[in-house]
Amino acid sequence: MKLGMATREAYGRTLVALGRENPNVVVLDADLAKSTMTKMFADEFPERFFDSGVAEQNMVGMAAGLASCGKIVFASSFAVFLPGRCFDQLRMSVAYSGTNVKLAATHAGITVGEDGASHQAIEDVALIRSLPGIKIIVPADELAAAWATRVAASNDGPFYLRLGRPKSPLIYAGEERFALGKAIELRDGGDATIIANGRMVAEALAAADVCASDGIAVRVLDLHTVEPIDREAIVKAAVETGAIVVAEEHLLNGGTGSAVSQVVVEEYPVPIEFVAIRQCHGQSGDPDGLLRAYGLTAEHIVSAVQKAIARKR
Amino acid sequence: MSLPYVGQPGTPTEQLTDGADNPQNGTKPGLDSLPASTADLKRIALELRRQIVIMIGKAGSGHPGGSLSAVEIVTSLLFAVMRHDPANPKWPGRDRLVLSKGHAAPVLYAALATAGYFPKDWLNSLRKIGSPLQGHPYARSTPGVEISTGSLGQGLSVAVGMALAGRLDRADYRVYAVVGDGESDEGQIWEAAMAAGHYRLDNLVGILDYNGLQIDGPNREVMNVEPLADKWRSFGWHVQEVDGHDFAQLLSALATAADVKGQPSMIVARTTKGKGVSFMENVVDFHGKAPTAEQVELALRELIDV
Ligand SMILES: [Mg+2]
Repeated sequence: MKLGMATREAYGRTLVALGRENPNVVVLDADLAKSTMTKMFADEFPERFFDSGVAEQNMVGMAAGLASCGKIVFASSFAVFLPGRCFDQLRMSVAYSGTNVKLAATHAGITVGEDGASHQAIEDVALIRSLPGIKIIVPADELAAAWATRVAASNDGPFYLRLGRPKSPLIYAGEERFALGKAIELRDGGDATIIANGRMVAEALAAADVCASDGIAVRVLDLHTVEPIDREAIVKAAVETGAIVVAEEHLLNGGTGSAVSQVVVEEYPVPIEFVAIRQCHGQSGDPDGLLRAYGLTAEHIVSAVQKAIARKR
Repeated sequence: MSLPYVGQPGTPTEQLTDGADNPQNGTKPGLDSLPASTADLKRIALELRRQIVIMIGKAGSGHPGGSLSAVEIVTSLLFAVMRHDPANPKWPGRDRLVLSKGHAAPVLYAALATAGYFPKDWLNSLRKIGSPLQGHPYARSTPGVEISTGSLGQGLSVAVGMALAGRLDRADYRVYAVVGDGESDEGQIWEAAMAAGHYRLDNLVGILDYNGLQIDGPNREVMNVEPLADKWRSFGWHVQEVDGHDFAQLLSALATAADVKGQPSMIVARTTKGKGVSFMENVVDFHGKAPTAEQVELALRELIDV
């Protein structure tokens, strides 16, 4: 699969475009502007860029204050610090207050790689999911990330964008119509459904190809929006394919798999298998090696599909 | 249960680029009849104290000590200094008040009701299910509350953001933040202090309700915050120290703060926790304990004369 730019880079570029279109767009960072790519915005709009220094809690408060005065505020840091370092600030000043703050967290997931566990946010979706009122988007590639940035800017209220460090495999060709809260069906199939987001969408497509060569027709859904979740697409997958695999670059507890399970269990119970990081911490290593070591590859998805199908009643 | 979601924050306003014809600027008087004398302010302060005691008594829980210590601070701001319009709480040109020590919500509610932001009978519903007056300030249900607070240390950061927005819009409103001394244990206060100093936010004024007590005891025993004034100075703030129950001193300090250029202002206001009710003054337990019906009666008997 061809590599495109990192989702964080698509975010940074889209911010610049938004800055040109709308003088109300303001960007904050916590001393990571070169890494989160907000520097592109800072260079063109220094007046509308505020660095909090290494102080994520204060950054979130400043973001809420700017938003309460009518600004469309993007606040960026690494996903380990945002939400990890400022959860209570997100809870009070953003979620509870309903301020128009867009949290764009980069370097999410295990594919941060060599920096190791301290910098690998594998619990961030669970943390944000626990806060009512924040919409969550986990884009799979550069086009999805650019769309996510725009949709966050144009919809009032808090958003969490989960962005990655490495270059992302290209999933989309530019003709797709993304819609908030609507999963995208990338492959149709009737034997099972793989629901994935972020980096795992590429693995899901590769897994579907392997299954197809074995005569198993697998549906693939890109569940880019985790909140609000696309109940309709999930129930349809349960009803029509009878078995589901959820693949995410995140801990098993509290992430996309949990979100999907809640819908399936409430609406139409079918077997679900999870491709996620079991309860453990990350470690240093190259991103692809880590994906293999932590069970997050197409191969792992294929065996999860087989297990899910075997469990069908 | 549905709370009235009035005054939702985050509603985009028009982009403003020029100071001269900027609708966020101007001298629109909030209250047509700002009290002319400290006698008027004292009368309002007395009334707020009575309301605080009554509403917390009715609620059966709440924080009387830190509400009573901040009465003159909040009265000075809302009834003498701030430019605001109770009939139009979201007027873009308003001065902003952030109660960073959110547990003192009763003093803010009493002042907002007295100023006319909402009917006084709302005060009777404090802390009850479905009430627009939550135990701690909730911006989406209470007109005049700018941001939800109650988890200490966060309001000052929000005030910094508001001040940055004002500067960006070339608006001439001011942002006032009331901070607690116990709250000053929070690291985020000093993150915000550093940022306000760094950005030289001369449209930001902090008032520190320095009553010397926090939940577990006196500041100096629980966690020494001294030297407080020096700390703020070292973070680049203009600092004044006043008696926080003396209107003349408060008003003079607030006027000076308004003239400070190139740096944020902190007014360290020495106060007495539980001020005005003899059996609450300097009593640690009345930080977060409601008076009994009998104690309410006793308190009201003391709160009769200016
Ligand atoms: Mg205190």
